[in-house]
Amino acid sequence: MTSRLPQTKGGFNFDNYVRNAALEGRGLAVPKATKTGTTIVGLIYKDGIVLGADTRATSGPIVADKNCEKIHYLAPNMYCCGAGTAADTEMTTSLISSQLELHRLSTGRQARVDTAMTLLKQMLFKHQGHIGAALVLGGVDIKGPHLYTIAPHGSTDKLPYVTMGSGSLAAMSVFESRYKPGLSREEGIELVKDAIEAGIFNDLGSGSNVDVTVITSERVETLRNYARPNERGIKEASYKYPPGTTKVLKTSIRDLMDISETVKVATTEAMDIS
Amino acid sequence: MLSTYPGQPAVDHPVSAPIEHRFDPYVDNGGTLLSIAGDEFCVVAADTRQSEGYLINSRYVPKSVKLSDKTVISMGGCYADCLTLTKRIQQSMEWYHHAHGKTMSTAAVAQMLSIMLYQKRFFPFYSWCILGGLDEEGKGAVYTYDPVGSYERESCRCAGSASSLIQPFLDNQISFKNQETQRRNLSLEQVLRITKDSFTSATERDIYTGDYLEIFVITKNGVQVQKMDLKKD
Repeated sequence: MTSRLPQTKGGFNFDNYVRNAALEGRGLAVPKATKTGTTIVGLIYKDGIVLGADTRATSGPIVADKNCEKIHYLAPNMYCCGAGTAADTEMTTSLISSQLELHRLSTGRQARVDTAMTLLKQMLFKHQGHIGAALVLGGVDIKGPHLYTIAPHGSTDKLPYVTMGSGSLAAMSVFESRYKPGLSREEGIELVKDAIEAGIFNDLGSGSNVDVTVITSERVETLRNYARPNERGIKEASYKYPPGTTKVLKTSIRDLMDISETVKVATTEAMDIS
Repeated sequence: MLSTYPGQPAVDHPVSAPIEHRFDPYVDNGGTLLSIAGDEFCVVAADTRQSEGYLINSRYVPKSVKLSDKTVISMGGCYADCLTLTKRIQQSMEWYHHAHGKTMSTAAVAQMLSIMLYQKRFFPFYSWCILGGLDEEGKGAVYTYDPVGSYERESCRCAGSASSLIQPFLDNQISFKNQETQRRNLSLEQVLRITKDSFTSATERDIYTGDYLEIFVITKNGVQVQKMDLKKD
């Protein structure tokens, strides 16, 4: 059965735009989105791509998530690190991921990295920077390893080593001092780990753990929490209290009832079809 | 200056646009401080991270200063203002010593600080002050201030960037709010445990709190300082 409600088309819904602008004009606080004030990096090594990310998500000065995932799946041969508004990086990468899968099914070929790059930049440019996603896209396709950055307004760069997010300067300082072409897998992972750690320790928007993803033409390795340099210290005191420590002010117990209804089906006489 | 165009007057400025003379002298350098008064001791603690925006200026800049054997001041907010205010307090305490031949009591420093803050009512020191020490009877005392000098003696207080995270915890653990258990006087060891847990927990969730914790313990034997590590991310 079809719904009688009007079916929504694809894309964003701007129904409340005028109302919200009016409320904002009257001084109502705008809800704050969770940002991944992040460090994300990527580099090309001998056999493919190494991607890295920290795991802190913030909402203003508060840490919203201490161990979130910022390396998103795009296709079997492609992953994408996201910095900026958490919802935007997640939704954009999953939308493009599904478009890439449809593209693969329709062409019968493995999707190329520059196809993903083009889809992402066209989507971000179309929305003129209102989708706050800063991305590091890496993958290996028929033409070899590719690494891109995509800024929220849709501009892209294709480089052998890249960083993004609030910790990008700290991470890039590590890359600029130690990157060289033709790194081994171990050297690549170590350099990415050190770049992310530079962000974790020197940028307040980044923190907690290091996630690493290694992509080659053969396979993908997801090294979740590859380094955990920030374990929480043990608490000095115990904060366990017996029930009743905090006064119960009011008690109201409601019993659940089973409500049943018997419907008697009226047997009708057979329709006269003579 | 000569005019390029005939008939146009020569001016010093090629474009006549209004120039905005805005002056923004305040900056928030983050960080958290707290003080807890005991029966015959006082604890003043603060983290040592100094930051600006998403940058760490330094991992070790103490926020607390020993003023006398009975008094410690701790300040957060704009570090430049805190530094100046601390110097003013120290100089006034020195003059008091020369004039009266004795050290200022905690209560006297407390009242003086309020006046110093209110003197700059219309160009305030951007500083959140907590004064901890022992009173004339040797009991623990905590004095807390707003940036323009409103002050009050309390039993415990937290100020700075993680104050909204720690203060409810202190209300529960130190003042026994929302607890039916009998109120009791906490020992120095218990207070130190609660202080350390406050800061390790605040470091988990507040990006401006971290690096090191510096704890001042004020007893009748004077002021002891202890340091411990906090997370550095």
